[in-house]
Amino acid sequence: MTAVVPAGRGQLDVAAIREDFPILRQRVHGHPLVYLDNAATTQKPQAVIDRLVRYYAEENANVHRGVHTLSARATDAYDAARETVRCFLNAGAAREIIFVRGATEGINLVAQTYGRAHVRAGDEIVISEMEHHSNIVPWQMLCAETGARLRVVPMTDAGELRLDQYERLLTDRTRLVAVTHVSNALGTINPVRSIVALAHARGVPVLVDGAQAVAHTRVDVRALDCDFYVFSGHKVLGPTGIGALYGRAALLESMPPYQGGGDMISSVTFERTLYNELPYKYEAGTPNIGGAVGLAAAIDYLTAVGLDLVAAHEHDLLAYGTAALSHIPGLRLTGTAAEKAGILAFVLEDAHPHDIGTILDRAGVAIRAGHHCCQPLMARLGVPATARASLALYNTREDVDALVAALRTVQEVFA
Amino acid sequence: MSADLDDLYQEVILDHNRRPRNFRALTDGRKAEGYNPLCGDRLTVYLHVDGDVITDISFQGSGCAISKASASLMTESIKGKTIAEATALFDRFRDMIMAPSEAPPADLGKLTALAGVRQFPVRVKCASLAWHTLKAAAEARDEMVSTE
Repeated sequence: MTAVVPAGRGQLDVAAIREDFPILRQRVHGHPLVYLDNAATTQKPQAVIDRLVRYYAEENANVHRGVHTLSARATDAYDAARETVRCFLNAGAAREIIFVRGATEGINLVAQTYGRAHVRAGDEIVISEMEHHSNIVPWQMLCAETGARLRVVPMTDAGELRLDQYERLLTDRTRLVAVTHVSNALGTINPVRSIVALAHARGVPVLVDGAQAVAHTRVDVRALDCDFYVFSGHKVLGPTGIGALYGRAALLESMPPYQGGGDMISSVTFERTLYNELPYKYEAGTPNIGGAVGLAAAIDYLTAVGLDLVAAHEHDLLAYGTAALSHIPGLRLTGTAAEKAGILAFVLEDAHPHDIGTILDRAGVAIRAGHHCCQPLMARLGVPATARASLALYNTREDVDALVAALRTVQEVFA
Repeated sequence: MSADLDDLYQEVILDHNRRPRNFRALTDGRKAEGYNPLCGDRLTVYLHVDGDVITDISFQGSGCAISKASASLMTESIKGKTIAEATALFDRFRDMIMAPSEAPPADLGKLTALAGVRQFPVRVKCASLAWHTLKAAAEARDEMVSTE
């Protein structure tokens, strides 16, 4: 790993960190790349790229089966990756970590397995108004299959969940609460600990969608006391196609398997199959071994940098960006919660987000324009779409300045 | 600002975005709704058809400058044409916005203002949404058409 040691006085050495991300060296349309689409996916440090190369060059084999050396090597790397994720989330045991394709698959896994075991007609699932489609649709599908009902916690205009309303939605019919840790479209950091405590007081388990949280804040599933926690590797400097589900062991043991296949069994006859123990019960088929190993390298990198320093840096950038954008006439920030992670979502009076995205791209500034997979949230905000700049550890004040300068160009075009 | 952006956001486009023409609903005619799920652009095209001739056309909805200006320019260029002529013009328009950006743009009158879209492949759907919707309205399919 290259120099990622924090500079003095407890600040990130962002210049050194940027050196670790080869993609940031390129120019786009003649301008230095200003990558502000980190909520969609983050860039990968050389350490992750190198780890993937090393895995495929030196360790690749199938896991949990072979007696040969390479298979043992691959199995060791895969098991070590699970332990790295356990430590990252501060879960109690590695068998509580299930490797999945990403947060979406993690949520679908819980919807299908917990749903099959515990959700019946007339039951209720509670989600929130600011959920990503991936934390809406799996529950809708479960409701359609079982006859259960979806209840939605409303939010304020600033983008904060109405906890009073939430409490009212928790009834003896509630079977699960599924809520995002950090909103991908607003940046709101939800008070997960309180949300969990209120649900647990009624015996209701809670799933937390951590896709937007893990790269930006320290996550401790035992402190949060949540029952399920999901995240995607690619949003935390890791490869695409890998992510993890944390589940409380007692719950995971009480649920039926997700998919059937190899690795998830302990014995199979045509009459009867015995399922494997945790975590393998939920990992049918050859897993994404390379992805898991790459994810572990990403977590190691982020941990070496220091998540507390990353959070402080992004918080500083968020404040800087919020102030800078507030000075642009006709710009309205969507998502102004008191507790926010590094998301600057906004609309401009005279320019549609898509036109903003195109003009910014020509200045080398990559942002997202659209509904951010949150169509119900857009409807709540009364806008068809927003523009969104999202921050990561390698972003600088100069990146924010480039965003602001490019937004001035947008305003000149649409003046 | 770069030359390709100047091509895309020509004064004609900006003007039609700011003051879209025929931006109203028509009653008693055919209509269809178009939707681009990628960006949330949504518009309705209304038609009065007499025999085979489009005697009046209008649209309503929300979208980016390209989709709005394209819809506005389309209504201006279609009024008075037969459905067959409108369909043929859509084909030529689509060829123009999807042509390689080095090729000189076909002359489609006012619609030529949208030739700059060629340099922005991700915006082709914005420019063609109104036309897909027109096609559905002309075929009297009162249903949602999607660019996906």
